[in-house]
Amino acid sequence: MTDPSLLRGLTNRRDVLKMSGLAGLGLALAACGVKGKGSPGASAPAADAVAKFWAGKTSNGKLNFANWPLYMDPKHPELTKFTAATGVQVKYEEVIQEMGPWFAKVQPQLAAGQDIGYDLMVITNGIQFKQFRDSGFLAPLDHSKLTNYVANADPAYSKEAFDPGNVYSIPWTSGITGIAYDEKKTGRPITGIADLFDPAFKGKVGMFSDTSELGNFGLMALGINPEKSTAEDWKKAAAKLKEQKSQGILRNYYDQSYIDALGKGEVWITQAWSGDVFQKNVSDGTDFKFVIPSEGGTIWTDNFAIPITAKNPLDAIKLMDFFYDVANAATLAEYINFVCPVPAAQAQITKDAAASTGDDKASLEAVASSPLVFPGAADYAKLHYYREFATEAEHQEYQAIFEPVVLS
Amino acid sequence: MRHRLAPYLLVLPGGLWLLLFFVVPMVTMLSLSLQEGDVVNGYVLTGHWQTYVDAITNYRVQLVRSLIYGAITTVLLIVAAFPVAYFIAFYGRRRKATFLFLLLLPFFVSFVLRTISWRYILTDEGILLGPLKDAGLLADSFHILGTPVAVILGLVYNFLPFMVLPIYVALERIDPRVVEAARDLYASPLLAFRKVVFPLALPGVFAGVLMTFVPASSDYVNSAVLGSSSTTMIGQVIQSQYLVSSNYPTASALSFTLMAVLLIGVFAYARALGTEDVMKVAAR
Repeated sequence: MTDPSLLRGLTNRRDVLKMSGLAGLGLALAACGVKGKGSPGASAPAADAVAKFWAGKTSNGKLNFANWPLYMDPKHPELTKFTAATGVQVKYEEVIQEMGPWFAKVQPQLAAGQDIGYDLMVITNGIQFKQFRDSGFLAPLDHSKLTNYVANADPAYSKEAFDPGNVYSIPWTSGITGIAYDEKKTGRPITGIADLFDPAFKGKVGMFSDTSELGNFGLMALGINPEKSTAEDWKKAAAKLKEQKSQGILRNYYDQSYIDALGKGEVWITQAWSGDVFQKNVSDGTDFKFVIPSEGGTIWTDNFAIPITAKNPLDAIKLMDFFYDVANAATLAEYINFVCPVPAAQAQITKDAAASTGDDKASLEAVASSPLVFPGAADYAKLHYYREFATEAEHQEYQAIFEPVVLS
Repeated sequence: MRHRLAPYLLVLPGGLWLLLFFVVPMVTMLSLSLQEGDVVNGYVLTGHWQTYVDAITNYRVQLVRSLIYGAITTVLLIVAAFPVAYFIAFYGRRRKATFLFLLLLPFFVSFVLRTISWRYILTDEGILLGPLKDAGLLADSFHILGTPVAVILGLVYNFLPFMVLPIYVALERIDPRVVEAARDLYASPLLAFRKVVFPLALPGVFAGVLMTFVPASSDYVNSAVLGSSSTTMIGQVIQSQYLVSSNYPTASALSFTLMAVLLIGVFAYARALGTEDVMKVAAR
């Protein structure tokens, strides 16, 4: 005989789960409140902001580092080296998959002045970078603690529009958004964005769910430069993207998971970030290709930033500067294949190549001469930067146009 | 004096719990849905009902789609669950408990994990479609993942026990002698089922529908994991408005709209089929 109490227990537990779900939501809302942290002067920090933030901070011998997947050799050789050199323990977590969800996740805690559990995070230029900055969520950097950065960084980075003078951030790496594909499946080399709209690949095309990334490619498909695009252009691009979906060409919109979808054969051709494909090929023995579209690609910068509530900012800034040591920048670029912000690393990688043999030598030489790691002037000419939004209202307008594309 | 207060004191823990974790969030959400602003500069209460109009206009497709998926799922569940419940109730004998345990066994694993494992089964070149494609039986670009079929399949799988159990409870209570009586009165087995067993099982079906239609319509996991951008359900939109765009007013307005639609649906359904039977089932 079955005991009906078993069933009763079950429904009760379900109710409890439901309740706790609601409760969680309630708490989240209550905790975040609805107060914004923005102030008109937030993007131009007070003169003494740096001194004020760094006064009295001491090293704690540890830090928590939030980064994206596929951004470091899985064995973390650089972090091991850092710990050996400084004694600082690093907890490295690949918790960032897309900027929107990351900002939404940490925003309530930062707005309430609470520690988010990370002392260092890697955030992309773009909409959420501006939101982080304007909300006052980023610690102003003390450049006197960044000697390697000052000596070795490509000066071009200090002129980027999202953080002129690197007040709040310094680059982790740059990268190019282009197209990755599996030539065995597509049956032909892919050259441009037009291929992403080719009915021959029906149901096998992937695009990014991030509205900036998606919008940029929609705009470039129409021959519009995203940096100079207007609201009218956005509407046209959104219509083009909706068509791609309604015709069944698009398989899905992806975050970082696009690389798995490519690996599983779910997509044959997809929007992609430049270094991911090379790491996938190294770790899984695949033979995927990456191409900068003939219509143009976009270049973005992922940046080190310290959350304003970080518990271990001194340890964090030490690690930031560590990656600007030429040797460390070189080993990182050798593995991740993204654009290296330290020009001198190119010579270092060439030197490393000369010292090795066989496959290693060939792959290091390839990295040193890769336009995806050390782009030349001709490569930059094909690349667009992201659209900078002057106001939050303008950003909202952009979102209101592209969000329904992703969500419908 | 003390004994007059006692009932209220008994209600206090549960009442406080409800107040804190149900009423307060509801009020917060209602307030949020009527605010305007953005996440950087903050939201201000302005009584902006237009948010509801805009949200429904923009996302009516997903809202309707969710209700359709929910309805299809519920119908498929009844079809799939009834024979299982019938078998356990009438032929389970001493093993009833074992069968029920087997039914619940997969549910000891996390909901999300189970849904993700379906990805491995259904993926384009996985254990199911891979061999068929290699044998040339299916086109290379054929896929189940990312289609409504995969989403509804996931929903049916995930909510199956919540349909089986109430139907089982209803069937289990049927006195075998009423079926025997029907047979003695020359009813065929089919007629006995139609005239006796099925009507007596209806309260279970009714409860099962309530327990599956509402969560299936508002589910956001199955479509996110098994679906694609053309199967987006309203739960995903709400999740994304809260946790990707930080657009709290739209998210709250959509939550309230969904709740209203489901409540109206459930009340209409209860009125049509009568609530007495449901109360009986609930009392068990």
